[in-house]
Amino acid sequence: MDLATLIFFVLAGLLIISSLLVVFLRDVVHCALALVAALLIIAIFFVSLHAPMVGILQIMVYAGAVMVLFLFVIMFLNPTVLERPRALWWSAAGILVLLLGGLLVPLFFNNEPPGDPVASTELFGSPEMLAKSLFGDFVLPFEIASVLLLVAIVGAVVLAKRERSAP
Amino acid sequence: MIVDVAIVALKAFLVVFMVLNLAGILGWIERKGSALIQDRIGANRASILGFAGMGLINTLIADPLKFLTKEDFVPPTGDKLLHTLAPCMALFPALVTFAVIPFGDVITIGERMINLQVANLNVGILYAFAMGSLGVYGTVIGAWASNNKFSLLGGVRGSAQMISYEVAMGLSVMGVLMVYSSLDLQEIARDQGALIGTLLPPSLGFLQPLIGWLPAWGVFLQPLAFLLFFTAAVAETKRIPFDLPESESELVAGYHVEYSGGKFLMFFAGEFAEVVTAAGLVVTLFFGGWQVPYLMRDGFHFPWGSIWLLPQITVVILQLIAFTVKVLFFCWLQILLRWTVPRFRYDQVMSLGWKMMLPLALLNVVVTAVVIIAAQ
Repeated sequence: MDLATLIFFVLAGLLIISSLLVVFLRDVVHCALALVAALLIIAIFFVSLHAPMVGILQIMVYAGAVMVLFLFVIMFLNPTVLERPRALWWSAAGILVLLLGGLLVPLFFNNEPPGDPVASTELFGSPEMLAKSLFGDFVLPFEIASVLLLVAIVGAVVLAKRERSAP
Repeated sequence: MIVDVAIVALKAFLVVFMVLNLAGILGWIERKGSALIQDRIGANRASILGFAGMGLINTLIADPLKFLTKEDFVPPTGDKLLHTLAPCMALFPALVTFAVIPFGDVITIGERMINLQVANLNVGILYAFAMGSLGVYGTVIGAWASNNKFSLLGGVRGSAQMISYEVAMGLSVMGVLMVYSSLDLQEIARDQGALIGTLLPPSLGFLQPLIGWLPAWGVFLQPLAFLLFFTAAVAETKRIPFDLPESESELVAGYHVEYSGGKFLMFFAGEFAEVVTAAGLVVTLFFGGWQVPYLMRDGFHFPWGSIWLLPQITVVILQLIAFTVKVLFFCWLQILLRWTVPRFRYDQVMSLGWKMMLPLALLNVVVTAVVIIAAQ
């Protein structure tokens, strides 16, 4: 086993532990921090898969902005310790986990050698390549997504305004 | 292989060492500077065995000793684990951001080319922003774990302020990235060695004698972006006039009101390390990084045609000195700002960030794009 594989398994173990902590911890702020840890480890995976741009964006957007807003809201809403979910929830969640896990089982027996490694070119995962595909091949979906986000922002502003004007 | 690892480790050690030391020295400069501005004698009470002459050395030794020997108090109703973790979260991003800031060009020793930058990432500036955005956690978690109303208010203010100014900061840099068409800070610094004269399109040839001799530094090509970026960077370091999360006249000490001893020292050092990093980023993006005007790899090439050849080691030393002097200047500028401008009100901070800087940054991006397309 080479060093890269070893690091992968250590990080994967940490990722599973922190993801479990997100679900099983009862204090909301602790859950949020465990989620931040999980997101940072996923970012490291992206970097190790020759996609530093995606990894850095993962940190910037999810760990740096989205989760900070989560914490902001949690602090505003005066966090209390979460209630323990009922047994029905646990059984439903357990069945769902087993089903999703079952989908992964065939992958373990899939021993086909990987095709041509995509990381063969030096430019793979670089900002230039990302920009070319984003603003070249996929420019229409990109613009549609940006308009959708704009609609969401306008909607949020409208909702916030309405609530304030009705005492 | 081992030599490569050793070189990287040495560079990483040197950068962290310099940033931490400069942070310590800035703590002294801040007191001496404030004393100078307020016309009094500051920081002259640290005497070792009756010897108070060397103010800097004595303060540098006395300060950490005082912090480290104080009681480390954890609020009994607070969150003990997070209360300990928060100062680390505040210090860590401030120390690692400097990894992508180049402090010199390449040195060639024998066959080996050594890039004077710890991590040569092709997404350098984005890495700096990503690490900067992680800096919020120290403030927020420290405030929350203290279980104190004042610190919680400070933490909520801090998270809102830092997120708001990250938006303006990111957009203000877009113009610079478009001009130098790279995200790599080493390439941005290298491109600033050219003269503006070589970038002017033929149709603007009449400007050649007027501005053609200027180096193509970011501040000359993107002056508005420089003002916006520097303002946002000061806001990100949470210092006066943007120290709303701390504001001692309203919130006692804001997010670190429950911190004492070594943990407070970490918040304190983190703040000054952020000052150094902000200065490094401003210098790299807008003031040529390690560039000395007209100094190329083989010596000075003056715009009037004369050439003064220099050996490589002299060139590298001149670059290192230029980078250090520029960084020190911007550290001093931030300290000067802190003791000159009074604190903003919170709504003023928010409206400055969202209603002034964000539209101006967007305008800068649009104007830059139009000019670049027109000049092609």
